[in-house]
Amino acid sequence: MPDLSIDFCGIKSPNPFWLASAPPANSGYQVQKAFEQGWGGAVWKTIGAPVLNVCNRYGTMDYKGSKIIGLNNVELISDRPIELNLKEMAEAKRNFPHHAIVASIMVESKKEAWQEIVKRTEQTGIDGFELNFGCPHGMSERGMGSAMGQVPEYTRMVTEWVMEVATKPVIVKLTPNVTDIVLPARAALLGGASGLSLINTINSVMGVDLDTFELQPNVGGKGGHGGYAGPAVKPIALHLLSAVAADPDILNSRLPISGMGGVETWRDAVEFMLLGATSVQVCTAVMHWGFRIVEDMIEGMSNWMEEKGFETCNDFIGKSLPRVSNFGDFDLGFQSVARINHDKCIQCNLCYIACNDAAHQCIDLKSLQITDEAKERLWPVVREEDCVGCDLCSRVCPVDDCITMVEIDTGRPHITWNELVKSKPEVLEWEEMEAYRETANIHIH
Amino acid sequence: MAEHYKPTKYKAWELTLEERFQEVYPPFSQRDAVLEANRCLYCHDAPCMVACPTGIDIPTFIRKIATGNVKGSAKTILESNLMGATCARVCPVQVLCEGDCVLHADEKPIAIGRLQRYATDYANEKGIRFFKAGQPNGKKVAVVGGGPAGLSCGGELAKLGFAVTIYEKKVWAGGLSTYGIVVFREPVEVSLAEVKMIEELGVTIRNGIEIGKDLTFEELLAENDAIFVSIGLGNVPEMEIPGEDLDGVHDGLDFVEETKTEALNTIKFGKRVCVVGAGNTAIDCATIARRLGAERVTMIYRRSEAEMPAYHFEYEFALKEGVSFMFLTQPVEILGKDGKVHGVKCVRMDLGQPDASGRRRPVHVPDSEFVVPCDMLIKAIGQVKPEGVISMLTPFGIETEKGYIKVDEHNRTAHSKIFAGGDCIRSHGEASTVMAVQDGKIAAASMAEQLVGVARPLAEAVSKR
Ligand SMILES: Cc1cc2nc3c(=O)[nH]c(=O)nc-3n(C[C@H](O)[C@H](O)[C@H](O)COP(=O)(O)OP(=O)(O)OC[C@H]3O[C@@H](n4cnc5c(N)ncnc54)[C@H](O)[C@@H]3O)c2cc1C
Ligand SMILES: Cc1cc2nc3c(=O)[nH]c(=O)nc-3n(C[C@H](O)[C@H](O)[C@H](O)COP(=O)(O)O)c2cc1C
Ligand code: SF4
Ligand code: SF4
Ligand code: SF4
Repeated sequence: MPDLSIDFCGIKSPNPFWLASAPPANSGYQVQKAFEQGWGGAVWKTIGAPVLNVCNRYGTMDYKGSKIIGLNNVELISDRPIELNLKEMAEAKRNFPHHAIVASIMVESKKEAWQEIVKRTEQTGIDGFELNFGCPHGMSERGMGSAMGQVPEYTRMVTEWVMEVATKPVIVKLTPNVTDIVLPARAALLGGASGLSLINTINSVMGVDLDTFELQPNVGGKGGHGGYAGPAVKPIALHLLSAVAADPDILNSRLPISGMGGVETWRDAVEFMLLGATSVQVCTAVMHWGFRIVEDMIEGMSNWMEEKGFETCNDFIGKSLPRVSNFGDFDLGFQSVARINHDKCIQCNLCYIACNDAAHQCIDLKSLQITDEAKERLWPVVREEDCVGCDLCSRVCPVDDCITMVEIDTGRPHITWNELVKSKPEVLEWEEMEAYRETANIHIH
Repeated sequence: MAEHYKPTKYKAWELTLEERFQEVYPPFSQRDAVLEANRCLYCHDAPCMVACPTGIDIPTFIRKIATGNVKGSAKTILESNLMGATCARVCPVQVLCEGDCVLHADEKPIAIGRLQRYATDYANEKGIRFFKAGQPNGKKVAVVGGGPAGLSCGGELAKLGFAVTIYEKKVWAGGLSTYGIVVFREPVEVSLAEVKMIEELGVTIRNGIEIGKDLTFEELLAENDAIFVSIGLGNVPEMEIPGEDLDGVHDGLDFVEETKTEALNTIKFGKRVCVVGAGNTAIDCATIARRLGAERVTMIYRRSEAEMPAYHFEYEFALKEGVSFMFLTQPVEILGKDGKVHGVKCVRMDLGQPDASGRRRPVHVPDSEFVVPCDMLIKAIGQVKPEGVISMLTPFGIETEKGYIKVDEHNRTAHSKIFAGGDCIRSHGEASTVMAVQDGKIAAASMAEQLVGVARPLAEAVSKR
């Protein structure tokens, strides 16, 4: 069986699956139960400033019969007494010395406050810290959480305060609620952080009740923005992860990253790791299904590694990073067309209507007489010479592997946008662009 | 057109003989399986799992199908039930796991059986093996009878390091899974693949050896540390009416066996077939006869619809297959011409006072005799108890209960080295494959506890690996 253990800037964990700092990691009982069921680590629910929570903390995105494809919350950091949290951290660490326990902390923007909580918490024997610079509601209004994570200078400053006293590794948790996440990531690096984690939750309003006009979640008649998480945010998390992981400064620093945001299955976890995450954290999926999902995560990842011939996680962490690129560097000469497999097609005509109404009108409905049915329905057929290869039809087709995008070569020059505008700056005028397209064999009707 | 989107052909006369004996339910496509798996709620302490006699962790195996970990799904199933591929097909799921699915009320239950089949077939097609023989512990066990109970016990013991030999009187092991379950519910290959998996765990299977004839229980006891008796039941009993020896009168089990072992186009069947009985075997015989091509198949049963031992879904299946039923009818004589069956004389019955089984006792309606014409009569009124073997076991102190071998809750008999399980101990409860498999597991854990001192829960846990 492949070795799933990881070393995250010195924090050792039997596998890359960690509970995120959130309700599932709220107490010693929960963290220890999770370890028993196979979780490799836990980032304890954030402790720090005194808070009061409200009722009806959650709103969900339920979609076509599936519950909780996205989860919104207005929960604050831990409302349990700090002493109790510290006592339970120590106990959990004693009982599970080989599992990773990371303490998430957040206090007001004062050097003494941060240094004091670091020193106090270290006495429990935990393996490291996560600085919560991401909570987007309640705490941010008080100048904490994302209010710190959104200003790179603050991120760096607080990180430096913590690094002055911490003897254990320190992970900075980033907020997605920024224009360019690379800036706070670099700030954390400059502040001396040992690792990064992302993403915290995304600002969101979940919905409005059509009868009562109340917002969701509805706290006694009022609602507001809350943090969005769960499967729906995965693409955003993957983007932010890849942006940070592929940033040359971060890459060269070899700062490990703990990825999260919509991880629910082993497949999701593998994707995060291929894009550079060393560990993955999970909150919403555990809130929906319980700790038990980890068994399949471990087994599924092991089976996949075995199939691919990977012996350790390091064999594949970051393997897709070299492919992270930008539009300007894509090959304009790469050409594909849609091809429909009529053995699989069930004649729903969704591809036809999508192409006709929302793409380039290059699918025809034709009589093919390929079955023995007397009154055969018309079949969708792609006019390949007109197909721009946009890929919409294959995305709407309900049958797996029925429409494939086939690579073709009509002799278009293999050149990127950046190369093109450098060598032929004149194409930035429409007339010249059209002339270029003629020569490059690109015809758009 | 995509194969799995084609409407099912359901008109028997449009199908070839071979097609009619394919599995009734086609396998799930990957898409079917994933859609169905995602419908499962992944309940905690799920009632479906509680209802499974072998305790398969159903929510987990279904979730693994949903996440694309089909290999792990098969492992979860087989950890609890080595005969998972057979059970996926033959279990009366409507009264077990699916019957207790929480979605019963608002939606429709999850197709647990078919998902289980999807996962176990995947592992089988890919030749994936999950278990290894345990570190040899120096103990030897003989298993008498290679049906589901014997195979399950042998397999679990092998995982715990026992040296196991299964003695099976037939040419192939698998018991009724190989010889008795109609092919359109379980193809022979599925059962034989399970036999092969057990052999690959290091279990020796000696076919063609009948204990009591080719070897004695004394010999087995002398050479082994324990014996597991899993001989199942016998053939269909005599009806004890005149005419049973006529040409055209068949034992139902032999009839089913023929369809599993002979070429379908060589099997003789009548145009007008009467099946006596209304249990699972009777339903199987009647539906096979229809699928072979019999024009008229009538099931004759002395009680009413409400008392019939077959499950309701089996009854519905038979009706859909075009089988007709004569309830409250009792055969009293099989009529023949030139030594061949040409009818069965019956009398009408009425239901009287409840009998010992609590069902109302059928009583003759005077002067109600009539003849049902037929050219084939299949007896399917149950199976005889294994009296022969039991009489050989009584000198060892083995006791019986209602004609079955008596065991305690750990499947121990009165003799310290003899354990038993499967249909031959089923003095109460339904005789079914999944119960037989569970019996094998229980006996294996008991032997491990007794012979090598592994605590029972531990033995059960170890054998899960
Ligand atoms: C027609 C029919 C249909 C059925 N359909 C279903 C169904 O749909 N679902 C379900 O759950 N159950 C069904 N059952 C019941 C199920 O098949 C049995 O409960 C199950 O096979 C019992 O397993 P077993 O191992 O106890 O016995 P068996 O499967 O009967 O196996 C016993 C084995 O022992 C061998 N044997 C007997 N005596 C000796 C000896 N002296 N020496 C060596 N070997 C010996 C036999 O040859 C046989 O292989 C059906 C039964 C029948 C008859
Ligand atoms: C109810 C709830 C409470 C949370 N509380 C915290 C917290 O106290 N500290 C923190 O750093 N992140 C907190 N988070 C954010 C999660 O740790 C995580 O970053 C986010 O939910 C994305 O992961 P997911 O998609 O697996 O849920 C919380 C999230 C939720 C849903
Ligand atoms: S989940 Fe538990 S604590 Fe929350 S509202 Fe429901 S019952 Fe109350
Ligand atoms: S969307 Fe797919 S299945 Fe539907 S008509 Fe087009 S090719 Fe066929
Ligand atoms: S009871 Fe039904 S829904 Fe619940 S876990 Fe079992 S199969 Fe799934």
